[in-house]
Amino acid sequence: MGAVDLSIWANVNEATPLLSVQGLCKNYGARVGCAHVSFDLFPGEVLGIVGESGSGKSTLLSCLAGHLKPDQGEVIFQTAQGPRDTVVMAEAERRRMARTDWAFVHQNPRDGLRMGVSAGGNVGERLMAVGARHYRDIRATAVDWLGRVEIASDRIDDRPRAFSGGMQQRLQIARNLVTGPRLVFMDEPTGGLDVSVQARLLDLLRGLVREMGLSAIIVTHDLAVVRLLADRLMVMKGGHVVEQGLTDQVLDDPQHSYTQLLVSSVLQV
Amino acid sequence: MTAHHDATLADSYNFAYLDEQTKRMIRRAILKGVAVPGYQVPFASREMPMPYGWGTGGVQVTAACLTPDDRLKVIDQGADDTTNAVSIRKFFQRTAGVAVTESTVEATLIQTRHRIPESALTAGQILVYQVPIPEPLRFLEPRETETRKMHELEEYGLIHVKLYEDIARHGTIATAYAYPVKVEGRYVMDPSPIPKFDNPKLSNSPALQLFGAGREQRIYALPPFTHVVSLDFDDHPFEASKAPHDCDLCGASDSYLDEVITDDQGGRMFVCSDTDFCRVRQEAGHLGAMAVPNLAGSA
Repeated sequence: MGAVDLSIWANVNEATPLLSVQGLCKNYGARVGCAHVSFDLFPGEVLGIVGESGSGKSTLLSCLAGHLKPDQGEVIFQTAQGPRDTVVMAEAERRRMARTDWAFVHQNPRDGLRMGVSAGGNVGERLMAVGARHYRDIRATAVDWLGRVEIASDRIDDRPRAFSGGMQQRLQIARNLVTGPRLVFMDEPTGGLDVSVQARLLDLLRGLVREMGLSAIIVTHDLAVVRLLADRLMVMKGGHVVEQGLTDQVLDDPQHSYTQLLVSSVLQV
Repeated sequence: MTAHHDATLADSYNFAYLDEQTKRMIRRAILKGVAVPGYQVPFASREMPMPYGWGTGGVQVTAACLTPDDRLKVIDQGADDTTNAVSIRKFFQRTAGVAVTESTVEATLIQTRHRIPESALTAGQILVYQVPIPEPLRFLEPRETETRKMHELEEYGLIHVKLYEDIARHGTIATAYAYPVKVEGRYVMDPSPIPKFDNPKLSNSPALQLFGAGREQRIYALPPFTHVVSLDFDDHPFEASKAPHDCDLCGASDSYLDEVITDDQGGRMFVCSDTDFCRVRQEAGHLGAMAVPNLAGSA
């Protein structure tokens, strides 16, 4: 028996979750923001969160990203130094993580971009925030990232104001991914864009997520987005998670009545 | 302080205009500023009998520091004889009765707007700056709560974005005044709108440097021999720039110059912005290209 190679089991045990959420609750006074949310997110996995307006999706995302302080629960992130609860972590450390290991893509690019600063400066800000002090290197990285999100390099000195909505959103994505984060939070990344631009953006996002091995949490009410991007899906209603599972499984065989309603209400063209 | 009154003073004023409790409050803010170099200390700025932008912050700091034995010098853009300098000097002559001078070397307290004197300052001197906007991050991040948080957590990536934008637009760091500095490796500070030519003089100065912003209600300080670094990029290092000329009056090649238009035919001359420095040099016999020897007094 001693000759049996157990290394394969060692590998399985090593697969610790990147983000582990336990019993997360957030109330706004007497109203429930989100209640008793628990899930694990593994490295390289994309989790979709869907639900109607007011179902607590954005509240949950804000709690995870440290923008809001949850009332209860743990958000344990696998840092380079081992697992840490980001809820009780010092603010300085949480903010440092927010600009290195994490990224947050806002629904409205104006919330995530500095509108008075050129595209290159927007992409370079995170680099400079982590200590880059070589202008030419910063600029070369910015040009590279603008290329990756399909923005022509001669637009590098234009301000985001001069960009279309889709370009602004792509710029926001470049700005967030430039420091090579491991976890990306996205709040309706395709909201407010027209359908053909949405398709291109999704294509781009899918490529980047796969290529960089990112883990992502995507909040959306667009089932097409999760079908395309998410490995796993969580359905929320009234602050509670009513159903979760593999994306295809949830969408093709919805169990909860609300999920069934959601899936059946998608227009088939 | 009534002991220091004399017949020439307007008797209705306390020494140096401000009441003693206000001076006490300002001195406490100054002490805190000195203890934490580069940190902006809030203080309860008073209404002064001059408009905001005329140096109400500097005047309050000066008033809190003045003693009857002080010798005051006031400069505005390097000059002793411009409106702002003259009116503030007169103000303190009237309300404090202190001696005044135009000589940098003789002054014990110098209130300045937008310049550091050319001649080196010495131990025991106090240099008071008038500051319009003390927050170096203001035009990049409009939220005061956020900029305070950034100072607290030492998140200064944004200040380099400003320099990045300069290079991207102009090919070089075009910020010529109010050039951001880092104090003792900790706080990023706006050195008030002095030309960046003066930035190196901030560092390791034997004099005490105090900054007062009246409208924004902030005081900050550089104690003597504080290490101050001007921010830059590795491949675009900081450069203390000036007009590539010698002074046309005193011939100085190492002083900061003003360009003066002399006629409508394109005539111009470059003169030292520090009038005291220029006068002393001319009296010592140094003459520039356009100097008239008789006017210099010594030739």
